[in-house]
Amino acid sequence: MEAFQEFFRELAQTYPKWNFIYLYDPAQTERVLTGLWTTIKLSVVCVALSVVIGIIGAWLQGSPIKWLRLLVQGYIQFFRNTPPLVQLLFFYFALGQFTPTYAPDGWVEVPIISNVGWAILSLSFFAGAFNVEIFRSGIEAVPDSTKEAADALGMNRLQIYRYVVLPLAFRVSLPSLNNNLVNLVKTTTQAIVIAVPELLYQLVSIYNDYSTAQNACMVLMFLVYIVLVGILVMGMNKWERNMRIPGYGQN
Amino acid sequence: MSDTAWTPDQPIVSIKDVHKSFGDLEVLKGVSLDVKKGEVICIIGPSGSGKSTLIRCVNALNDIQSGSIKVEGLEVNTPNLNKLELRKKVGMVFQQYNLFPHKTALENVMMAPMLVLKQPQEEVEKKARALVKKVRLEGKENNYPGELSGGQQQRVAIARSLAMNPDVMLFDEVTAALDPETVKEVLTTIKDLAADGMTCILVTHEMGFAREIADHIYFTDRGVIVEHGPPSTFFKSAKDPRTREFLSQIL
Ligand SMILES: Nc1ncnc2c1ncn2[C@@H]1O[C@H](COP(=O)(O)OP(=O)(O)OP(=O)(O)O)[C@@H](O)[C@H]1O
Ligand SMILES: [Mg+2]
Repeated sequence: MEAFQEFFRELAQTYPKWNFIYLYDPAQTERVLTGLWTTIKLSVVCVALSVVIGIIGAWLQGSPIKWLRLLVQGYIQFFRNTPPLVQLLFFYFALGQFTPTYAPDGWVEVPIISNVGWAILSLSFFAGAFNVEIFRSGIEAVPDSTKEAADALGMNRLQIYRYVVLPLAFRVSLPSLNNNLVNLVKTTTQAIVIAVPELLYQLVSIYNDYSTAQNACMVLMFLVYIVLVGILVMGMNKWERNMRIPGYGQN
Repeated sequence: MSDTAWTPDQPIVSIKDVHKSFGDLEVLKGVSLDVKKGEVICIIGPSGSGKSTLIRCVNALNDIQSGSIKVEGLEVNTPNLNKLELRKKVGMVFQQYNLFPHKTALENVMMAPMLVLKQPQEEVEKKARALVKKVRLEGKENNYPGELSGGQQQRVAIARSLAMNPDVMLFDEVTAALDPETVKEVLTTIKDLAADGMTCILVTHEMGFAREIADHIYFTDRGVIVEHGPPSTFFKSAKDPRTREFLSQIL
């Protein structure tokens, strides 16, 4: 361990452009690790929330109540047609001003939704808007004739939805969902603009403090996201394979 | 009006002066026919003459504008129809099989009895295995529909309907989508059923089969029954020119 740290300390002295400071300075290692952990947490929470939003939204879009459908449609348009970066700024700086505050220690007033909270909300609703459309088209891909067969067997609407429509719709949706969730994980980096201490934020701070660490930080950035997104893609592909029905869909 | 008044010596399906329109298009223009218990009737006629519509009305997949359809005394044309009660009496098999692609052959057969009739799993499975055997698909229990031939899928669909223990079976051109070689195996299955005393209403283009199996043949054209009779007289001495023309084209 000592030798390892010593190696990179010397490397930085010999080649000042390659200062892997986070490999020998424990304080910087700590910053990278907390950043990574924040990114992972942010990604997992946003992925889960956006999928829930997608399912609820798709369900509401099939509702007989017109204004509910319009509401969902409006939500989708709003989030699909504006950049996620603008959404983050808007949520945090505009909406953030109107949220109530509280004083945990009795003195300092803090807003009930932190910048991390806003990032989670904003990113989840951003990806959720796409998920609504993805699930919706999956549901529409289930042929009426299949539902009719279930109907003719005496199944009620809820049973048809639960046991026929959803399992088939979900399989159709998985590849697009896969893409969208990969995008979401990459988009979490944009939370840097509202100072969420995720990985990108930490690495940028490190090379702002130690300018010689710039290249080393850039390299790490790429590596981490390649690995992180790679794990997600692998997991999703495995899931897709497990869900595949022999002889059904794209062979 | 009471359902309990029905006795097996009365027609099991009684259709009286049924009118059915899709928008401005009147598809059934006063159709009447009776089916006795254990009888097999075949409905033949040119494309678009309303054959599918008629049998879909029998299990309320389509509603009708006027007239009466009774199944075991249960009036179908009423706003407070208990659909579940009707569907327990009537099974239906479709041209395109419409199996649940995410369920194995056995699961397809088991689904409705478990969900709709709430029968215990072991009992349902035992019965389902027997039905799969009955349609001569032993060994295919764990195959998904996508792994079965058209004829095999159609036989699963028949078993799936039978699992609900219906008193009347509706078949809508169930061999029309099949290769000539597999048509026979499905027809054999239907023949077995008829021999067991099942009441069957078939829409079919298989004249040879109709002649062999039917107790009574109905010829429909443009929404009316033009001519009907037992196969022996129907095929030999059709009187109506439309019937003759149809038969000359198809035989
Ligand atoms: N859901 C519907 N909406 C509007 N029109 C319909 C609908 N279903 C059927 N029709 C029309 O009703 C008429 C009768 O259709 P139907 O399917 O009953 O005919 P068919 O005798 O079964 O014909 P085929 O031998 O081609 O199956 C056709 O003109 C068809 O276009
Ligand atoms: Mg038809």
